[in-house]
Amino acid sequence: MIRQRVLIVDDDLHIRRLLGTTLARAGYDVIEAANARDALDLARAETPDVILLDLGLPDRNGLEILPLLKKSGKAPVLVVSAREATDDKVAALDLGADDYVTKPFDTEELLARVRAALRHAINAQGADEIIVAGSLRIDLGTRRIHAGDQEVHLTRKEYDVLAQLAMAPGRVVTHQTILKAAWPAGYEQHIEYLRIVVRNLRQKIEPDPSRPTLIVNELGVGYRLTV
Amino acid sequence: MTERDRPPPEAFLRAAAQEGLGRLKIFLGAAPGVGKTYEMLSEGAAQRRDGTDVVIGVVETHGRAETEALTKGQEIVPRREIAYEGRTLYEMDIDAILARRPKLVLVDELAHTNAPGSRHAKRYQDVEELLAAGIHVYSTINIQHVESLNDVIASFTRVRVRETVPDSILEAAEIEVVDIPPDELIQRLKDGKVYLPQEATRALAHFFSKSNLSALRELALRRAAQAVDAQMLDHVRANALGGTWAGSERIIVAISEQPGADGLVRATKRIADALHAPWTVVHVETPRGQQLGKDDHRRIAATLNLATQLGAAVATVPETSVVEGLKRYAVDARATLIVVGKSARSRWFELRHGSVVDRLVRETPGIAVHVLPTETAAAASVRIRQPGTWGARSGYAWMLLMVAVVTAAASALLSILELGNVALLYLLPVMASASLFGLRTGIAAGLVSSLAYNFFFLPPVGTLSVDNPENVVSLIVLLGVAAATSQLTARVRVQADLAAAGARANATLAGFLRRLTSLGDRTEVQRTICAEIGRLFDLRTALLEPTTTGLVVQASTSPDTRLEAMEMAAAQWVQDTGKPAGRGSGTLAASEWLFMPLTAGGHTLAVIGLAREDGGDPLRSDQLPLLTNLLDQAALALERLRLEAEMRDLETVRERDRLRSALLSSVSHDLRTPLTSVLAAARQLRGGYTPELVETIESEALRLNRFVSNLLDMARVEAGALKLRTEPTDLTDAVAAAVHDMRTTLAGHHINLEVPPSLPLVLVDPQLFHHCLLNLLDNAGRYGDPGTPITIRGERRVGELVLHVVDTGPGLPPGTETEVFERFRRLEGSDRSPSGTGLGLAIVRGFAEAMGITARAGNRADSGGADFSLIFPEALLVREHEASEDE
Repeated sequence: MIRQRVLIVDDDLHIRRLLGTTLARAGYDVIEAANARDALDLARAETPDVILLDLGLPDRNGLEILPLLKKSGKAPVLVVSAREATDDKVAALDLGADDYVTKPFDTEELLARVRAALRHAINAQGADEIIVAGSLRIDLGTRRIHAGDQEVHLTRKEYDVLAQLAMAPGRVVTHQTILKAAWPAGYEQHIEYLRIVVRNLRQKIEPDPSRPTLIVNELGVGYRLTV
Repeated sequence: MTERDRPPPEAFLRAAAQEGLGRLKIFLGAAPGVGKTYEMLSEGAAQRRDGTDVVIGVVETHGRAETEALTKGQEIVPRREIAYEGRTLYEMDIDAILARRPKLVLVDELAHTNAPGSRHAKRYQDVEELLAAGIHVYSTINIQHVESLNDVIASFTRVRVRETVPDSILEAAEIEVVDIPPDELIQRLKDGKVYLPQEATRALAHFFSKSNLSALRELALRRAAQAVDAQMLDHVRANALGGTWAGSERIIVAISEQPGADGLVRATKRIADALHAPWTVVHVETPRGQQLGKDDHRRIAATLNLATQLGAAVATVPETSVVEGLKRYAVDARATLIVVGKSARSRWFELRHGSVVDRLVRETPGIAVHVLPTETAAAASVRIRQPGTWGARSGYAWMLLMVAVVTAAASALLSILELGNVALLYLLPVMASASLFGLRTGIAAGLVSSLAYNFFFLPPVGTLSVDNPENVVSLIVLLGVAAATSQLTARVRVQADLAAAGARANATLAGFLRRLTSLGDRTEVQRTICAEIGRLFDLRTALLEPTTTGLVVQASTSPDTRLEAMEMAAAQWVQDTGKPAGRGSGTLAASEWLFMPLTAGGHTLAVIGLAREDGGDPLRSDQLPLLTNLLDQAALALERLRLEAEMRDLETVRERDRLRSALLSSVSHDLRTPLTSVLAAARQLRGGYTPELVETIESEALRLNRFVSNLLDMARVEAGALKLRTEPTDLTDAVAAAVHDMRTTLAGHHINLEVPPSLPLVLVDPQLFHHCLLNLLDNAGRYGDPGTPITIRGERRVGELVLHVVDTGPGLPPGTETEVFERFRRLEGSDRSPSGTGLGLAIVRGFAEAMGITARAGNRADSGGADFSLIFPEALLVREHEASEDE
């Protein structure tokens, strides 16, 4: 099998070195760019399978080149940044980023995100019908949910929300995306509806609803289904 | 010699210092080209003719033939050559002069800056050395080079000279002003007789405008006069003239609208100088003053102005009569001497009203009265009588009507009335007219009544003749009553008017004060001062305050107010001297605006500019006292704000200093400690891998990370403008996320989550709230005893929702419940050394408050441990039915 290629875009040598060794150990080919210009060149020339993008680049704002990187190929883009304001995250996601990791990051978590992004890219044509998250099994074809051996009965809204998350397993899905998909038009700003549905959903599927591990909240951004 | 006769020691010292020293005489000019050098050389030549040993130290003739001629036949000490940057400069050779030891040396251009490499940087320092060596010096200077006037002059001439001479040099010198009229100087300039440096010609063309030259000339003359005053004062002190200069004398001088008052003021100034006594010019504002014309008011204003310039205090006293006013003021001011002018009033007037001087002498025991002649005989007769004194025409009509009515009524009642009682009836219209319309109308009423009485009732009826002598008495009584009543009521009315005017002024003042004190904002106060004074006096106003870049207009009645260079110079003068300047004053009167200082505590806080729309004099003399009062109040208001701001600044600076030092110690401690651990662990790793070392690196790095985020968060709180992005948040999510992020730090504790899913959603900024929780958990983890549980409990109460973070441990020392939320506060009394930054709880409070949440600290009731709570008011809770529309 051809090793998958990761393009790391970061102006900091140490971060590149850290990401490089981590990813290499995990079996990826690594190419590096220290600025926006090199990043765009490499993205076109080397057709990486996934791109890790830092927002604070010396020559251009990372948010600016994000759409260009997306256009240059099919590679998903993961933003890896020290900026933790929700505005920045939402802006990056809106501009086409596939996920967002905040520095300092947990290397295991980062690898999980890279895997999730790659899986999504591979399955882009035909999404998986069955998604397994922990003890939870979601069948998008039959619309049936099992927690362990038990079938779980969800309301229509609960299922719609869970389905949105299951279609992008391991990746963050913004409130807006879920609200748009599961509610009629005009409800995009009504996060409180989504919160209540998620709360009810958790009561039905989470082993310990007060410590959710399946449906994880991303502060101010959205939810993620852990797989 | 008694104590008070002894001259002050500094007078002795100054005289002693001058023994054996050379004397300096300065020829002071308003501008280049007035002929200072010429004048100096002429006097030098004269001295030489008288046998004095005179040499020329340095003279710049600028190639002027007349000047050049004067140097002929005089000894010139050759100048010294100084090489500087490839050029040769010629400077006065001070050593040669000192060696030559003449009696008198002529040194041109006192403000000159010597070439680098000379002994002194400035020529005046050379001169000081010459003087110290006992050599007399003649020198020249232009007024613009005088240090204290440099700014003022530069502001209106737009030519700034760098070479200035300290005022102290001038104060010690004898000064002769070399003065020619501006027109003549301009002519000389046109004739090419004035030397100008080539490069400065354009700038100087503006400099030599007539208004500039007039102003410069005025400043030069004033400076010279000031020097004379100071020297005279020294003389007076040294000789202890008068014996009463110690301030025991207080002089007041009364002035009126009559011409000659200015002479009186000048004469009093001389008396005051001789006695070295403080003096006040008093104008008593009598009811008669309300009938004065515009010219009279202007004259009074001019006199009061003159008085201010001459150093007098000025007061306007409203009172019914001059004598009363003077008496009252003299007693209040504890005056010892009253100066009045010999009255120019007619003998007739004095017979009627009594002589002011006589009454003053009689009624002010213990106060000397000094009567000075005034030169007003000619001018006094010019005075035009004011038409107003005759009373309104309608008054006469009413009076006639009343007399007619009484006549008619009396004829109707004649059958039941005695003739004598009819006369009494006529008193009614007389008294009514006198009290309502004034003296003259009253007397006219008396006349008309007596005529009517005589004609209609006194036999023979129908004629104006009287046959019974008793009835003559009735007539006289009628007239007498008319006169007496009208005098009486007129006086009462005048007093009432005065009282009303006083009350109006007081009400104005009180209103102004009330408005000013109600304002806390400086800009508002400035604007109100301008607007109110503008409104009360119907003037355009502008308020200027000194800033680092000079005076700046802070507020004005019309937004397009532009002040010209001349106006700014006048304003600057006011700022510097604390005395009025501009239109209608004695200084820089060419300005369209009059500028008055706002002073408090001896400092000029601001300058207010006043201008009349039509370009006339902004103030009448009778407006001055009210304006002065208003300005005093305005100044106090500004001073109050200034002090408040100062206090605040001081407080801020102190707080900032405290924070800075706390932050520095915190940063050095809290950054270095984990860094040290990380470094040490990393080094040891080279020797061999152990899981403990890696764990150390990881947890210490996490600690660093928390500290850095806290610093960033604190900076956001400090910046004040926290941008909130609130959204409905599930507390379960929020708490779970925080516990997840803190899992390493809280490793030794069991976490109890008691956040029921039935709790309503809360409206918070998820990011900020997350940081609140992180810090509360961090705090609980650090202060809670190791191994004990930490409980996070949410509970719904009436009107609020409370989220508790409870630990088990020593808890808070009593009384520190609010203190814990302050920056860099770590609880004392805990023997463990928590590695906190002291920022965490401050961030909790800062963020919580920004979101409308109340943060509270306390101790658990059940057992030991702290209980921190976040209290969400009802407004932050999302009501259930709004959110649960599902299905």
